[in-house]
Amino acid sequence: MNFQLSEDIKFLKQSIRDFVDSEVDPLAMEIEEKDEIPEKIMKMSKEIGLFGLSIPEEYGGTGIGMVGKCAIYEELGRTHNGYTTVIGAHTGIGSVGIVEMGNEEQKRKYLPAMARGEMIGAFALTEPSAGSHATNLKTTAVRKGDKYILNGSKHYITNAPIADVFTVMAVTDPSKGAKGITSFIVEKDFPGFTVGKNEKKMGLHGSHSAEIFFEDCEVPVENVLGREGQGYVNALKILANGRAGLAARNLGSCDKLLEMSIQHANTRIQFGKPIFEQQIIQHYLADMAVDIEALRSMTYRVAWMVDQEMKVIKEAAMVKLLGSEVYNRVADKAVQIHGGIGYIAEYPVERFYRDARITKIYEGTSEIQKNIIASQLKREYL
Amino acid sequence: MNILVLVKQTFDTEEKIVIQNGQISEENVEFILNPYDEYAVEEAVKIKEDSGAGITVLTVGPNRSESVLRTALAMGADKGVIVELEEQADEYAIAKIIKAAIKGQEYDLVLGGNMAVDSGSGQVSIRVAEELGIPQVATITKLSLEGSKAIVERDIEGDVEVIEVNLPFLATAQQGLNEPRYPSLPGIMKAKKKPLERFTLEDLELSEDDLATRTTVQDQYLPPKKQAGKVLEGEIGQQVHDLVNLLRSEAKVV
Amino acid sequence: MSKKVLVFVESKDGKLRNVSFEALTVAKQLAGGGEVIAALFGTGATEFVQEVSQYGSNKVYVLEDEVLVTYTTDGYTQALCQVIEDVQAEVILMGHTAIGKDVAPRVAARFGAGLASDCIGADLENGDIVFTRPIYAGKAFQKKVFNQGKVFATLRPNNFELKENPVQAEVVSFQPVIKDLRTIVKEIVRKTTGGVDLSEAKVIISGGRGVKSKDGFQPLQELAEVLGGAVGASRGACDADFCDYALQIGQTGKVVTPDLYIACGISGAIQHLAGMSNSKVIVAINKDPEAPIFQVADYGIVGDLFEVVPLLTEEFKKVLVLS
Repeated sequence: MNFQLSEDIKFLKQSIRDFVDSEVDPLAMEIEEKDEIPEKIMKMSKEIGLFGLSIPEEYGGTGIGMVGKCAIYEELGRTHNGYTTVIGAHTGIGSVGIVEMGNEEQKRKYLPAMARGEMIGAFALTEPSAGSHATNLKTTAVRKGDKYILNGSKHYITNAPIADVFTVMAVTDPSKGAKGITSFIVEKDFPGFTVGKNEKKMGLHGSHSAEIFFEDCEVPVENVLGREGQGYVNALKILANGRAGLAARNLGSCDKLLEMSIQHANTRIQFGKPIFEQQIIQHYLADMAVDIEALRSMTYRVAWMVDQEMKVIKEAAMVKLLGSEVYNRVADKAVQIHGGIGYIAEYPVERFYRDARITKIYEGTSEIQKNIIASQLKREYL
Repeated sequence: MNILVLVKQTFDTEEKIVIQNGQISEENVEFILNPYDEYAVEEAVKIKEDSGAGITVLTVGPNRSESVLRTALAMGADKGVIVELEEQADEYAIAKIIKAAIKGQEYDLVLGGNMAVDSGSGQVSIRVAEELGIPQVATITKLSLEGSKAIVERDIEGDVEVIEVNLPFLATAQQGLNEPRYPSLPGIMKAKKKPLERFTLEDLELSEDDLATRTTVQDQYLPPKKQAGKVLEGEIGQQVHDLVNLLRSEAKVV
Repeated sequence: MSKKVLVFVESKDGKLRNVSFEALTVAKQLAGGGEVIAALFGTGATEFVQEVSQYGSNKVYVLEDEVLVTYTTDGYTQALCQVIEDVQAEVILMGHTAIGKDVAPRVAARFGAGLASDCIGADLENGDIVFTRPIYAGKAFQKKVFNQGKVFATLRPNNFELKENPVQAEVVSFQPVIKDLRTIVKEIVRKTTGGVDLSEAKVIISGGRGVKSKDGFQPLQELAEVLGGAVGASRGACDADFCDYALQIGQTGKVVTPDLYIACGISGAIQHLAGMSNSKVIVAINKDPEAPIFQVADYGIVGDLFEVVPLLTEEFKKVLVLS
């Protein structure tokens, strides 16, 4: 057994940390206030290849395995989560569909531009009536000659306002339930496709979500991703693939919160001594550290399993669940240790606290993860 | 066009210095590519992108120094050379070692940093120029190649000197020359496959005199701790008045 | 044991540089009764002989050569090497200036000799010269000694006390043989304003991120003018494009040791402290009372620099006119 990251991955990780610390983090407050990622940061992030994280080398991406990806996500998680989400949604659910299910032609057409960040990807499954009940889709796709005609709408679509390519699930055969769903690659300029206005969110500023609409939207047949009827399975695969990555992002945020909490506890003087001297604070910090260590072990183990091409349905759900729960617990304690300053928007702890909340909801709620885990347990034990 | 870049690994500029038994402690220290050398690497990579060039980066130092070669390779250099040297040497000996390590290879341009942020001596690159018998242009802030010559701008205490020089020559990089890129992820992946040559002193043709250092560091110590000063109080106008008085009567600097 | 010490004396804008007098003072002390020789380069050099002899050099080599009017590495290297040979100098001193930094390593290498650069101390201990120099930009210091060969050193400006020692100097007119200049100086573009060089300034007013913009340096400039000082900046201010990198003070950038350093809106990152913490007196003006700069400052004012600095300028104007 070897729990060490390889030298190469350590090097990758360090170089992303340098970038994040010196370029992104100093602008975190600006991102939060303006609800916008500065163009300079977007440009630099593209130049250093962050947008090609999931894309194989032959299509211009980095072609690194899941462990490497998680190491990078962990570093990105240490800064503004809105920034992390713009990249994460693109490199995760936004591009993985084409990488995993796309045919050669589709890959050649989209991936190189996506790797360079010239095309941004988004994933469109959720609808007003289909959240956790993901098969209850109302968006339809009807074949007409060499085109499919899509009608309906999706909401809470991360990156929708800036995306060029959407992986969209729509019903092609309502009689077949989950097996009547097909996935499509929809470009933003296809006739009949429009994007609604940005949602105002509790957190993740700078990362924008919006509704998207299909009104007799014409999608060429060659843009079907995989086979007709395979859409729901595709969606599940895409989501499962991203779970260790989400956990890694949360891991980074937790690590940063612990760091800030220790710093604060060591410098904040109350009752004539640093609050670190108070046993209750020590216990909070110890709890945080244990949670984080457990998350770290699990994240990299699941990532390693993915790289070994092992089946990780249960473990991916577990790590997504643990990642969001730990993040919320750690953020809560971090605010408590910081006291008043932890509730003030001028200080980053408050932001992490708000940003943590969504992680128990997006890409499969904590409850859905438990459902997945239970159904896998049933298979294993019954 | 062949470019040689001389680099050194140094402490991160944010590191505090701790001295134990007369030695500078390396415990928990983060090492980086000397910032001035980073400008040199960036400049070489820019030349490579503009007009094509083969870039060799060379370092002399302990084993851990290899990481700065990897950084340079990830930024776009083509080949790394490390001369492993665990013991202390002075600038004289290091220049001789570099000369020996690149023996028989021809470079149109040699770049280095204007100084290393650890020793701060600013000697090695210039000594190498002398060893190689090529001209030097130090503390450059702009470099334009025009065929077999170059127009170089250099910083001289805030003013700018414009210099024309024929290749081959050596230049040392000053701040403002460029903005070094971050190594890209694909760059880092590719760097793994790039050649890295290793030498020990035994591999090189060096005479006893080449390795006989001219200077020795006798002692290293920290500056005396400064006593915390006076933070003035009262309304701002009064504070300013008090400050001026203190500077004149107590500190006597104005 | 007496030594023969050569000082390369530098002039700038028609004036001898103060650091050259410092070098002459040090030379006198290191010579231990031996000869101190000064070398003056360029046409018109003769007029400085009188000034140089105030600091105890027994001999002044004057190189009234057209080629040496403008500094070139090759020209000065050749001339200096020839002077060193001619006088058989054992110790060679010069300022750690743009010229000193450029020529000293080259000449030392040509003689196969060592060089202690950027020294802030030079003492005789049991007949041996021990140089003190900052490392890690002043976060630490080292003492350096020579094992063999000639002794070369460059001295950091503002670090040695001047001692006058007037003597009657013998003037030697020396004609160097200079050939094959490989660099051509096309132009020198003046960018420094007011002529006060950061590394030699006695007073430095320095701005950080708190200065907020290019225009924010204006009040600092005004204060500098009143005090006859220079304006500097932290890396933060340079990175934010408020000013030129030429003004940067820190571990990357310039290391300065003025008598008075006034840090305005500078938080005091360790990399900046490295460049200025050896100043004689440090004043910090910062809105944040927790800013680390206050820990190295002799005097601190917690307040908005845009309020404090103009008041300070006015106050200094008042008292400096009176005195």
